[in-house]
Amino acid sequence: MDSVNIFIKAVFIENMIFAYFLGMCSYLAISKTVKSSVGLGLAVIFVLTVSIPVCYLLENYVLKAGALSWLSDDFATVDLSFLSFIMYIATIASIVQLVEMVVEKFAPALYASLGIFLPLIAVNCSILGGALFMQEREYANVGEATVFAFGSGVGWFLAIVALSAIREKIRYSNVPMPLRGLGITFILTGLMAIAFMSFMGIKI
Amino acid sequence: MSTETTTAPVKVKVPKEALFSVKNKRLIYDPLNDNNPITVQVLGICSALAVTVKVKPSIVMAIAVVAVCACSNVIISLIRNIIPNRIRIIVQLTVVAAMVILVDQFLKAFIFDVSKQLSVFVGLIITNCIIMGRLEAFAMANKPWPAFLDGIGNGFGYGLILVIVSVVRELFGAGEIMGFRIIPESVYTAGYFNNGLIIMPPMALIIVGIYIWIQRSRNRKLIEPN
Repeated sequence: MDSVNIFIKAVFIENMIFAYFLGMCSYLAISKTVKSSVGLGLAVIFVLTVSIPVCYLLENYVLKAGALSWLSDDFATVDLSFLSFIMYIATIASIVQLVEMVVEKFAPALYASLGIFLPLIAVNCSILGGALFMQEREYANVGEATVFAFGSGVGWFLAIVALSAIREKIRYSNVPMPLRGLGITFILTGLMAIAFMSFMGIKI
Repeated sequence: MSTETTTAPVKVKVPKEALFSVKNKRLIYDPLNDNNPITVQVLGICSALAVTVKVKPSIVMAIAVVAVCACSNVIISLIRNIIPNRIRIIVQLTVVAAMVILVDQFLKAFIFDVSKQLSVFVGLIITNCIIMGRLEAFAMANKPWPAFLDGIGNGFGYGLILVIVSVVRELFGAGEIMGFRIIPESVYTAGYFNNGLIIMPPMALIIVGIYIWIQRSRNRKLIEPN
């Protein structure tokens, strides 16, 4: 039951885009067409679901204060948590590299359409943000951390697909010239985020 | 066809550039307006929106980004010729992460309450696209001094938006700026209320959207074709 709650919370209430604005850069840049945004969204879900459990294990068996006590009692007081940024980003960068190779091999069309943004998932704030939230919220076990990661990914996917659908339609509307492109996208995202705020009152 | 020239290429003596030549000054001024990292280059939006509820954390955040951006630009620019091209992203991330750890420890040591408010967003400076973007686009191809200026300029361009958004949000959301009351009590007794909506995260997006609107209607060459 707990993991269902964590999932729903991560998708709707603590949505990466609408509640924390994480991963906005690629969100705004790739959302021009639905097709490429679906591809990027799936890639983000995958990278999140793989890298956050790895970061969780790192955090709990290497980095946290006293986490090294499984090696020997001498390490019981070692606190490496100040290294967490470097460890997380190294983990994420290598997993992104892996995903890039797999996608290039098995789905060349998707690889071509994502272009530069596939390697840039490494610097997509939602991945590192997910890792840092995982660290801050102290999930009970790997399963919960994985569910949280998958939920965050699904939330990000929903957000980018919804925005790209709106942007495809808005091309036929008469937006004021200076607002076209980036400006109206910001305001659209703001309005969508206000809509998502209605989930905030839900207590689970 | 072509006559072979055997003369060695004449060495043109490049006059030494002044520290603050016109070109170097542009590196600082441009990001403040025409080439702003947030509103024109679309870089580093994530953290810009989340920390701008109050003015003080946004100023701290802006200073942190200026420091990280300038320092990592200089370091990458110094070692740009020995970085293997294939692994440059990981090298860049490592340099930036080291810088961010320094800043994070500094904040925790000296201004703990602000560091607590910024929570994960200090760590997220690592993935702030401004820093990565400037490293890729500028520091990898330029000497340390211009790279330093570019880092400072882009950091300030980012800080400018942060301060503008946070001033609007704190003024209308809480009636004060940096903790000082701006809207007097008498206005409240006359029936004025703080705008609770503007403290909510979505309004930051809308304020930036409106800022872009104003900027582009004053500077028409920034308008996107569609």
